[in-house]
Amino acid sequence: MSNERKKELVVSAIDNGTVIDHIPANEIYKVVKILNLDQYNDEVLIGTNLSSKKFGKKGIIKVKNKFFEETEVNKISLVAPNATLIVIKDYEVVEKIQLNIPQEIKKIVKCINPNCITNIEEIETYFKVVDKEPLKLQCHYCEKTMTNIRFEE
Amino acid sequence: MANLKGKNLISITDYTKEEYLQILELASEFEKQPKQPILSDKVVASIFFEPSTRTRLSFESAANMLGARVIGFSNPAATSLQKGESLHDTIQMVSSYSDLIVMRHPRDGAARYASEVASVPVINAGDGANQHPTQCMLDLYSIQKTQGGLDNLNITMVGDLKYGRTVHSLVQAMCNFNATFHFVSPEELKMPSSVKMHIKNMGLEYYQYTNLEDVIPFSDIIYMTRIQRERFSDPLEYERVKDCYILDAATLKGCKPTMKVLHPLPRVNEIATDVDKTPYAYYFQQAQNGVYVRQALMAAILGVK
Ligand SMILES: [Zn+2]
Repeated sequence: MSNERKKELVVSAIDNGTVIDHIPANEIYKVVKILNLDQYNDEVLIGTNLSSKKFGKKGIIKVKNKFFEETEVNKISLVAPNATLIVIKDYEVVEKIQLNIPQEIKKIVKCINPNCITNIEEIETYFKVVDKEPLKLQCHYCEKTMTNIRFEE
Repeated sequence: MANLKGKNLISITDYTKEEYLQILELASEFEKQPKQPILSDKVVASIFFEPSTRTRLSFESAANMLGARVIGFSNPAATSLQKGESLHDTIQMVSSYSDLIVMRHPRDGAARYASEVASVPVINAGDGANQHPTQCMLDLYSIQKTQGGLDNLNITMVGDLKYGRTVHSLVQAMCNFNATFHFVSPEELKMPSSVKMHIKNMGLEYYQYTNLEDVIPFSDIIYMTRIQRERFSDPLEYERVKDCYILDAATLKGCKPTMKVLHPLPRVNEIATDVDKTPYAYYFQQAQNGVYVRQALMAAILGVK
């Protein structure tokens, strides 16, 4: 069996759902949290400290019967910008998505400035990505920049 | 010439250098002839969600001199806001009654949000600690007028450089004009590194001092700010430094004859009253210039100039 094929088998151990691969090992529980996977009712497989050529140690999450929406994908990209999403249907890999940090982020992030209007009124947050490495966002409203990302509850 | 009709002014970065210069030129026209009833068919809403008498009077005086009618409020306690009406609903209501909104609000980002809700243009008259772009424009106007131009000047800023949004905006604006910056402040209130980084990125120079006397001989502009007690974690430190940054007539000895002292006002004691009589004092005219600059902005945004 080729190495390629063996790899595919490892990641396609679920019949339908999504695999999030290449998560930095130390961020894996953050990904679980932001996606609320601890509340998820179907199978979730979490692997961490797996060896990876790219990362040294990586994490992997397999979520059965789950296909992520754009806002969720954006959330993952903010925590694990180099992760890969693998969509599986009937044990087959139907799509591989290499994540990218978007230029703009709407809704999912909370502004760190307590005096920001978005923390006072019901306003959809909106950030521009001013730096990707390390990640730095600027609030479109109060114009504060932040490197410490907090997600909306 | 850029057409500013219908354009919001929320942050100083909303306008290009050319658009600023255009407003400054228009302001000098209004200085020559302040009373021009060109907005007599317009309604300007002046809505102040926190009191700022000085800024409000300047805007309302500017609107009145152009013949506009002014509606609004200066005390949110007297409005339905007190009953919990959202900013969204207030702005929607006000924009249906007016052609232009001038807004002051205690929250950062409130003006940007209002401009997205309003169907008419919005001028930010201060949003929390964030922006106060018309102050920056009147500062530019005052510098241009007293120095005969904006290029290649030595701009000195004194006092609270850490929290003062006025000085941060002015640095950003003056970076367009090849300025050299001199920052005089106590250790605790130094210019933030993000602002200094911006200067470096623009290929310009800044120098830092703790001693006010050091900058007197070469400054073209000395921009004074107030040092507030509540900014200090250690009250003893405040007591130690508070009088180091008081400008008096004796300190000004040896300055350039064309040098001018600016201050966003109100001052407390950082400029001694004996400076008022010197030819270097310019802070009262600076405030007066605010009216011309606000006239220029309103006229340009309403498309009558
Ligand atoms: Zn914000």
